Amino acid sequence: MSQDIWNYIFIGASFAVYIGIAFKQRAGSTKEYYTAGGGVSPFANGMATAADWMSAATFISMAGTLASSGYDGSRFLMGWTGGFVLLTVLMVPFLRKFGKATVPDFIGDRYYSKAARLVAVICAIFICLTYIMGQMSGVGIVFSQLFGIGQPAGVIIGATIVFFYAGLGGMKGITYTQVAQYCVMAFAYTIPAIFIAIVLTGNVVPQLGLIGNFTADGGVTPFLEKLNTINTDLGFSKYTDGSLSKINIFCITAALMFGTAGLPHVIVRFFTVKDVKAVRKSACWTLSFIAVIYLTAPTIGAFSRVNLIGELHETSYKEAPAWFQDFEETGQMAWIDKNGDGKIQYFGPGKSESGKAGAVFEGKKPAFQEARGASGERLLTNDSAVESPNELWFGKDIMVMANPHMAGLPKWVIALLMAGCIAAALSTAAGLLLVLSTSISHDLMKKIVKPDLTDKEEVKWARVASLGALLVAVFFGINPPGAFVAKTVAFAFGLAASSFFPALLLGIFSKRMNKEGAIAGMATGILFTLSYIIYFSYLGGTEEQWLWDISPEGIGFVGMIANFVVAITVSRLTPAPPQEIRDLVNRVRHP
Amino acid sequence: MSNIQGKSDAEDRYWKANLRWLVVILGAWFFVSFGCGILFRGWLDENFFRVGTAPFGFWMAQQGSIISFVLLLIAYAKIMNGLDAKFKVDEEESK
Repeated sequence: MSQDIWNYIFIGASFAVYIGIAFKQRAGSTKEYYTAGGGVSPFANGMATAADWMSAATFISMAGTLASSGYDGSRFLMGWTGGFVLLTVLMVPFLRKFGKATVPDFIGDRYYSKAARLVAVICAIFICLTYIMGQMSGVGIVFSQLFGIGQPAGVIIGATIVFFYAGLGGMKGITYTQVAQYCVMAFAYTIPAIFIAIVLTGNVVPQLGLIGNFTADGGVTPFLEKLNTINTDLGFSKYTDGSLSKINIFCITAALMFGTAGLPHVIVRFFTVKDVKAVRKSACWTLSFIAVIYLTAPTIGAFSRVNLIGELHETSYKEAPAWFQDFEETGQMAWIDKNGDGKIQYFGPGKSESGKAGAVFEGKKPAFQEARGASGERLLTNDSAVESPNELWFGKDIMVMANPHMAGLPKWVIALLMAGCIAAALSTAAGLLLVLSTSISHDLMKKIVKPDLTDKEEVKWARVASLGALLVAVFFGINPPGAFVAKTVAFAFGLAASSFFPALLLGIFSKRMNKEGAIAGMATGILFTLSYIIYFSYLGGTEEQWLWDISPEGIGFVGMIANFVVAITVSRLTPAPPQEIRDLVNRVRHP
Repeated sequence: MSNIQGKSDAEDRYWKANLRWLVVILGAWFFVSFGCGILFRGWLDENFFRVGTAPFGFWMAQQGSIISFVLLLIAYAKIMNGLDAKFKVDEEESK
């Protein structure tokens, strides 16, 4: 059977399951639409939250980032798991006790102000939109791979599917679909890793392979040392060293962690279980399920690095494996034969004249032309970068997809992986879309604009809002603001860290915090972070201008500190909140 | 009157105990991730034992911290359930 047939079978079957579940569990009331009626078991909720959590960025992009940047990739690993600890101990039990369906709801009531609610709604919309863009471009990558079409068409196909079942099913439908999606993802991620671990290290457990020996060449070298040697031979920095500065790694990790604890779509998940004990249990399950994937990602990254270099470096283009040409066709790999020897050379910055750049060509992305080169490769219109001998370009996002091809795994494994990627993107996009639509229908329409909205009208508004949000997401999915998926998503976390996290934390742990402080803090945090990101991603800011050497991904942490400082200062200068708010805080503190 | 006083006293002690444990858990959280994985990682790589064949700091950043997080959450759930039982603040009762 051909690869295409396997792909269609796996993806078709998984879709049939998702849509079946979404239809069977579709929401009837607003309560079911928002929080699944509050009766989901901790185990199921843990799995669903894990699926919601693991986005296309995690699934597709993270292992690729690890492969190309080694230690630097740890920021995503620690950031996206460590945030869960914060979320569980600082936020969720208290917000749940408060008993409202959305995060802007808490902020609106705790800070007794429509203005605070409005600022919170705007922040929520910004965060979710940024996040969902990343998902959409991830979906685009998978579908373009699957059907051999361009990424824009892939994005549109993915968006249509998401709209169907998220808009239809509400939280109840989504929760049970996500349970199924987690299972698909977990298998899709671990099975290829196990196969490759056996080949490269002789270990069945990939995590043991990473800390074991490299045995594929018959010798016994520690695996990471082997990887370091491969890297340094080609002019890259050591795999275990990385190249980001300590302060930058620190800030990015912190932004991701605190952002996690302020992400509206994850917090909402814990409103779907019945009591505080179940919440704690559910959080343990969630993190365990997430850990299964996050502990595997570094192994996939490391293994695929070894395989990529082994398969391509110094291989002549004509004899290169078929998958290389496939990726070249879809524009995710490119090769310029700089020295005209017909062989692919892959080198790092250390081999270039200045010792800094390792670029293949000028510009960020390859632009292909119709003509073919001497070996039959696709020619680029980009000027080749003369100072570096590096000839091979590939998008980081394709590492996970290319991994089983490189290792020569059976076709069904590749099909399973495709289904997993789609599951990851769909489950997150669906969860986000739900929060976006509730933010608009519940927090904006019902609580601010038109308080006499009936239950039915509210659900209708939610569905209309999700369509609008999706259209915006499609546009940005096709024209993404970041270079690759994980980076775009990192921005969303920066925004969440700098806006929601301080407002929620102070709302629970400080009785003195008032509306003036919270509003000023949120506005400062999100404006500062957003303008920093926009300046450096769109308006041509350069690395030399970075504040304290901190990249836009990590600036959310600084924004968060600014938020805290402004909020506390302003609240001390303005009247204390009324007595009933202090009572409310007291009530929230006790389960 | 004294009954209400006693109740809010207990609530106060419950909250204080709660905060104390939060500090412990978050201290450990900071230590395993930012501490071992980022700040002291260079030193740990050089001077600490290896996990299998991997340097300790690198391993903490990519694997160890994640395992610790899971253990921390399990500990947290146990401790908090214990506190709830000790101060008898089960959700059913307060309703």
